[in-house]
Amino acid sequence: MLLIRLIFKNAFRHRLRSILTIVGVAVALLAFGLMRTVLDAWHAGVSASSANRLVTRNAVSLTQPLPYAYKGRIRQVSGISAVAAGNWFGGVYLDEKNFFANFVVEAEDFFKLYPELVVPPAEAKAFTMDRKGAIIGRKLADRFHWRIGDTVTLRGTIFPGQWPMTIRAIYKGARPDTDETVLYFHWAYLDETMKKRAPSRAGQTGFFMIGIDDATRAAEISKAIDDTFVNSQAETLTETERAFQLGFVSMSEAILLAITAVSYVVILIILAVAANTMAMSARERAGEFAVLKTLGFRAPLLGTMLLCESLILSMTGAALAMALLPPLAGFFTTFLAQYFPIFFVSRTTIVMGLGFGVAVGVCAAAVPAARVGSVRIAEAFRRIG
Amino acid sequence: MAVPLSYSWRNLKTRRLTTALTAGGMALVVFVFTATLMLAEGLRQTLVSTGSPGNAIVLRKGSETEVQSGIERQAASAMTTRPEIALGGDGAVLAARESVVLFGLTKKSTGKVSNVVIRGTEPAGMALRPQVRLAAGRLPRPGTSEIMIGTAVAKGFAKAEIGQSLRFGKRDWPIVGIFDAGTTGFASEIWGDATQLMPAFGRNAYSIVLASLREPALFDAYKEAIEADPRLQAEVWRETRYYEKQSDMMRKFLTVLGVSLTMIFSLGAMIGAMITMYSAVAGRVPEIGTLRAIGFTRGSILAAFLLESMFLGLLGGAAGVGLAAGLSFLTFSTTNFQTFSELSFRFAMTPWIVGLSLGFSLFMGVVGGFLPAVRAARMNIVAALREA
Repeated sequence: MLLIRLIFKNAFRHRLRSILTIVGVAVALLAFGLMRTVLDAWHAGVSASSANRLVTRNAVSLTQPLPYAYKGRIRQVSGISAVAAGNWFGGVYLDEKNFFANFVVEAEDFFKLYPELVVPPAEAKAFTMDRKGAIIGRKLADRFHWRIGDTVTLRGTIFPGQWPMTIRAIYKGARPDTDETVLYFHWAYLDETMKKRAPSRAGQTGFFMIGIDDATRAAEISKAIDDTFVNSQAETLTETERAFQLGFVSMSEAILLAITAVSYVVILIILAVAANTMAMSARERAGEFAVLKTLGFRAPLLGTMLLCESLILSMTGAALAMALLPPLAGFFTTFLAQYFPIFFVSRTTIVMGLGFGVAVGVCAAAVPAARVGSVRIAEAFRRIG
Repeated sequence: MAVPLSYSWRNLKTRRLTTALTAGGMALVVFVFTATLMLAEGLRQTLVSTGSPGNAIVLRKGSETEVQSGIERQAASAMTTRPEIALGGDGAVLAARESVVLFGLTKKSTGKVSNVVIRGTEPAGMALRPQVRLAAGRLPRPGTSEIMIGTAVAKGFAKAEIGQSLRFGKRDWPIVGIFDAGTTGFASEIWGDATQLMPAFGRNAYSIVLASLREPALFDAYKEAIEADPRLQAEVWRETRYYEKQSDMMRKFLTVLGVSLTMIFSLGAMIGAMITMYSAVAGRVPEIGTLRAIGFTRGSILAAFLLESMFLGLLGGAAGVGLAAGLSFLTFSTTNFQTFSELSFRFAMTPWIVGLSLGFSLFMGVVGGFLPAVRAARMNIVAALREA
């Protein structure tokens, strides 16, 4: 009991230094937590994928279209419940800075495939009925203060021209990782307009979303689809939605690796700060430790005391950081909404943060504790200051 | 009178472990700071050097990148027959109609698929880009399905070597050459013949027209002529400006990410410096009293401790910049968000990056050392001497 009090007293002997160390640890772990959250946000599309969905696209690359006529032939493959054509539209609202994802889809089949997009039935019907209607996510509606009935005009970058449309529905995500910042409108609107403006580009689609009944047959069905179009003008590549989304993530892999590396560098930085504090504190108290040794306290016990002091400091910092992280992330969400539609702190991040708090505490105390343990009593007494 | 510089310097040397740990923390912060700046600069340099100032590039109106753009055959021909365009040695116009398509190739390092630009060009395409020259093998013969690949593609992607072939559009496309495009974006591309590639990809339109102007000053005339023609629906950019624009989004992302991270990190490092300097002051109270007693003013004590902290920062800064300099030998390869295609570039060190990084480390030293230095300067002489 007495020892525990001694440990606490020692930990806060230099109050200013202890507080600075705790703040240092907390700031660095906050940065670590934020970076992990950014990495999670990058993978959000992957974690939101359903095992029951496949994506078929042109084998050359995603930017090459597929003939819309493939839809009928895909439907003939056994095990498929729904097929919806879709295209990345890449429209710009007023200015490039207002970036958000916008797709054209075949609405009826598409919403069958995406039960996690929750739409009130009346709005869903209004959207289906209006050729020039659009449906938007809740967060997107908040961002531009759009309401049902508003007219939005997108400027096409891939499909030239101005594209006016009316917002008919607003969807909510059924799960926390559902992207609520997307605008969808009718594939038919795009196709019919292209027929007039550039007939050679009509009748094409960027990808097919495919629903399958039995997720275990995904590989087999994918192969069956691709075999259908082997040696055709546009060969296809079918993969699970998860693999498809991972493809996007892996494109920026070098950046993700860099962020991961940097997030560990920050751990090294706090380690340097905390180890410095412990080294100073052990050096200043060399005389005291010599007294304790003379009284019969053994090296392992003294080492444990130092370790506990170090852990008190680092864990206080870690706890502080992990308590502050969720509100801070919430604050960032508003700014980062257009880059990262999904931005929330995962439990793994919290556990990792606390884990690194322990690790930093232990590592910081290691060298000073070893020194205190091995130094000779007479030598410690001789040292002054 | 000032306290000698060596006093500050030698104080750092006496407490080696503490100095090393504090400077080490700062070095890591400066390393991250420098590395991100180098990365953003390398990206800019690569894309800026990709364009040539005398060239004009024509895209469809409203499209931001080559891949999005499309120009009908007739329109493309009209664009290449303007009087502003220079003539080549053979008397033909120095202009190329090109089609650009992305193609998924497997990366050697990760085994993942990444998009590479396949550029279908015309014979003038080489002459328009003096940075591009053949490095190995031979040029593809016009009118065949032969292709050549850039050095970055040859290095980074599986099965990308002379003698291999790609398969798409029901045909095999043999690789017959590797071209060196220096550090430009073309090094991450594959080149072939436009007339062969377009039908293979089922396209009936070119993507862009690239033209070399007789003199750079004619750019405005050319731009006006093309953009005023309602049949063409196109926009004209200087090639240098066009490529620079492609680096905007990514560069902004890298800079914002890097700078905001280092700002947070630097808080940690400054706290580290503060801890060290406070203990340095606390451990030397009698010494400070003595210095004051023999006539050094408060100002010079403040300066001495501030200098000590600045040395500490500079030590960390130099180590961090030194570490980062080692990165200049590395290339970084990733997908450019804007063009959706693979681009490889180097970490580029410039004098202003070195200056900025060292300035940043000095700043950390000053901020971390200021309060402790003030404490040292405000000490009462008698009280300080009594503590001895």
